[in-house]
Amino acid sequence: MVTYNQFTVKNGLRVLIHEDHSTPMAVLNLLYDVGARDEAPDQTGFAHLFEHLMFGGSVNIPQFDLPLQRVGGESNAFTTNDLTNYYMTLPAINLETAFWLESDRMLSLAFSEKSLETQRQVVCEEFKQRYLNQPYGDVWLKLRPLAYKKHPYQWATIGKELAHIEQATMDQVKTFFKKHYTPQNAIMVVAGDVHTDEIKALTEKWFADIPAGEKYHRAITPEPKQTKARREIVEADVPVNSIYIAFHMGDRRSKQYYIGDLISDILSRGKSSRLYRRLIKEQLLFSEINAYLTGSIDNGLFILEGKPLPHVTPEQAEEAIWDQLIDLQRFPVSDYELEKVKNKIESTMVFAELSILDKAMNLAYFELLGNADWLNQEIGTYLKIDASAIQEAATALFQKENSSTLLYLAKTNDGTNNSTNI
Amino acid sequence: MERITAPTFKNIEQVNLLNPHEERLDNGIALFAFEACEQDLVRIEWVFNNISFDHLVNPVLNMGLAGMLLEGTKQHSSAEIAEKIDFYGAFLQPEYSFDHTALTLYVLHKHINHVLPLIKEILIDSIFPAHELDTYIRNNKQNLSVSLKKNDFIARRTFNQAIFGSGRYGFSPELNDYDTLCREDLQRLYTHQICPSQCTIYIAGKVTSETISSINRLFGQAWKDEPIVDVSTYAIPQVNTEDKVILIKKPDALQSAIRIGCASINRAHPDFSALQLVNTILGGYFGSRLMTNIREEKGYTYGIGSGIGALKHGAFFTIATEVGVSVTQETLTEIESEINRLRTSPIENEELDLVKNYIGGTFLGSLENVFSHVDKFKNVHTVGLDLTYYKNHLDVIKRSTADDILAIANKYLDYKKMVKVVVGRLEY
Repeated sequence: MVTYNQFTVKNGLRVLIHEDHSTPMAVLNLLYDVGARDEAPDQTGFAHLFEHLMFGGSVNIPQFDLPLQRVGGESNAFTTNDLTNYYMTLPAINLETAFWLESDRMLSLAFSEKSLETQRQVVCEEFKQRYLNQPYGDVWLKLRPLAYKKHPYQWATIGKELAHIEQATMDQVKTFFKKHYTPQNAIMVVAGDVHTDEIKALTEKWFADIPAGEKYHRAITPEPKQTKARREIVEADVPVNSIYIAFHMGDRRSKQYYIGDLISDILSRGKSSRLYRRLIKEQLLFSEINAYLTGSIDNGLFILEGKPLPHVTPEQAEEAIWDQLIDLQRFPVSDYELEKVKNKIESTMVFAELSILDKAMNLAYFELLGNADWLNQEIGTYLKIDASAIQEAATALFQKENSSTLLYLAKTNDGTNNSTNI
Repeated sequence: MERITAPTFKNIEQVNLLNPHEERLDNGIALFAFEACEQDLVRIEWVFNNISFDHLVNPVLNMGLAGMLLEGTKQHSSAEIAEKIDFYGAFLQPEYSFDHTALTLYVLHKHINHVLPLIKEILIDSIFPAHELDTYIRNNKQNLSVSLKKNDFIARRTFNQAIFGSGRYGFSPELNDYDTLCREDLQRLYTHQICPSQCTIYIAGKVTSETISSINRLFGQAWKDEPIVDVSTYAIPQVNTEDKVILIKKPDALQSAIRIGCASINRAHPDFSALQLVNTILGGYFGSRLMTNIREEKGYTYGIGSGIGALKHGAFFTIATEVGVSVTQETLTEIESEINRLRTSPIENEELDLVKNYIGGTFLGSLENVFSHVDKFKNVHTVGLDLTYYKNHLDVIKRSTADDILAIANKYLDYKKMVKVVVGRLEY
């Protein structure tokens, strides 16, 4: 149970406070309601590039990190397809420094040409390090456009290609800031050794005079229902074949999300899970296999991915995965198995309360979804799910015409794949 | 509204570390208990010193021991063990590191008595079934073949070997090393390593006297040592890395992985805290000189950092980054010049104060929950120190001067004597 107090500033900034006096630290977490889904198809990767620029100095403060480090704090941020989240951790006695820094970059950036130029290069190196210079690193650059044809989830947060980042201009940066980085598009959570009255006063002092800006209205083309199975085969310089199957599913607020999450646990959470037991240990078909959800705010994907052993053809591997999905459709899960995955969810929830940063991020995220208190209600939602709900959801989800399959195959020296007769 | 001037701030004056409550089990195992009852959660670690036989260091066997520890006991199969752990919402993870093999359990307190007897079986009655070993070997070879396609992975293992030779700290398995694993060797290592005389237990979270009694009943009474046979101690080989450049060419690489460093000192050495301060200035935080120069000024990389790996019998200093292939040589030059600047130009007070405050604040932040207090304790206990180490550590950092920084940098960081590993391309 994560308790919190909440208020809204006149300019629209939403503020939540979680008091935890067992730590001498504080966290200031600021979430902006903008992600890669808000980008234009020819300017992808921009939300993430912009996140880097938020550390390049603001209108009154030339360097962002130095003053924070000087008071014993540190800071970072991440961008997803849905949102951009900034966070600072520092000794609670120095919390005001966080308010000073975070409010100034909400007021206005410095818009330094040097920062834009450097960060374009840094992000290009990040693109190479994480997506291009790793075995299987570009899987999501291929799987997203296979699964999404209309919705902007078809590109990754890093962007479709290096060129989009290289071409970003200062005018685009300024427009993006004005459009998205306004108080009414932001949710701030302050957590740790803090008091609500103190946070109200600090917020009033540092954030209240920032102009509300204009409300951004998101207009995203929803992904049409998939009607035909899709597949793509890629050959690359990797040592082992890898299989990815993606199924469209409900959004983050839907009941299907929670049922899907339990299904993914039944399939691959822990060493007693079905895919691990049956496909790795008993049938000796894979060296690793996983099931998980993208968990995006708009309609997401249920993903299965695995690396078959050398003696297994991709067809056999795919068939073995489908056998397990069909099993879920034919037979209800036992009370025992359902209790097992629910027990794991319960203990994971306890873990999530060990860190004030995790708690602060979670509160901000659920407030963005619609209500911070849903964080505390999730466990109840999971516990209500029964075997028939799982069977129904598995039947709806795991249909060929709802699937996008990517075979990522090892290219051998003679240019042919080493274990398949496709 | 005045926004130009920073708010006033305070330095961190006091850090409170949790002192464990120490117990001895009946058979002599030391148990350290850290109580914090806010959460209904317990973490128990059984930590065993790594040993080797016949003066033959064979880390792949130690790795195999950790990897096979949950794969079957006289009473329960691998599947049954996994089933029980998962059913009680617990997490059980064996882990091999350079000096220790540990089994870590996270469990809600209300389920602890369902799980502990199983841990006893794992530590006393494991049998390493042959078919499970075959699976372990097959899957680890496949996983390794994927890792060997990653330049930073190759750079790290090449670096370790260059610093430490082929011994325990320098060894990295090749694919065919896995084929040398056999049940008999695993069983023999298990018998002599997974035993009371090599074991220390750390328990943290919701710790009750009933739990301590259960632990004593299960792990302190029936469990006896086998007579120890020829357990070799480990002496790090001296390797000369002067002017050593190792280039592993990857003609198609978009980035080069770089590792630069040398053997170093560990916590038991009186200069360790001062060296940590120097390391932080150079590459130990986001505002460090390496990050500022190579990422924020030049945009050569997504990230660069340095660190000291403190081990039981030694230590290493390392700088790691991945940079665009066209700027690999320039990056090496910049790293050299940053190290030389530390050795020749006294640090400005403003930068030194900033780093001192940063270390103080992040030290406080690193004690977020009871488990981090255990980790702090283990760091020092492993090398024969106690928690007074940290008070001294923070004092040393607080009173270090610009001259101290110069002296320490000259004593421990010499670019010429460091090994330079590049996986990718040096000429472009």
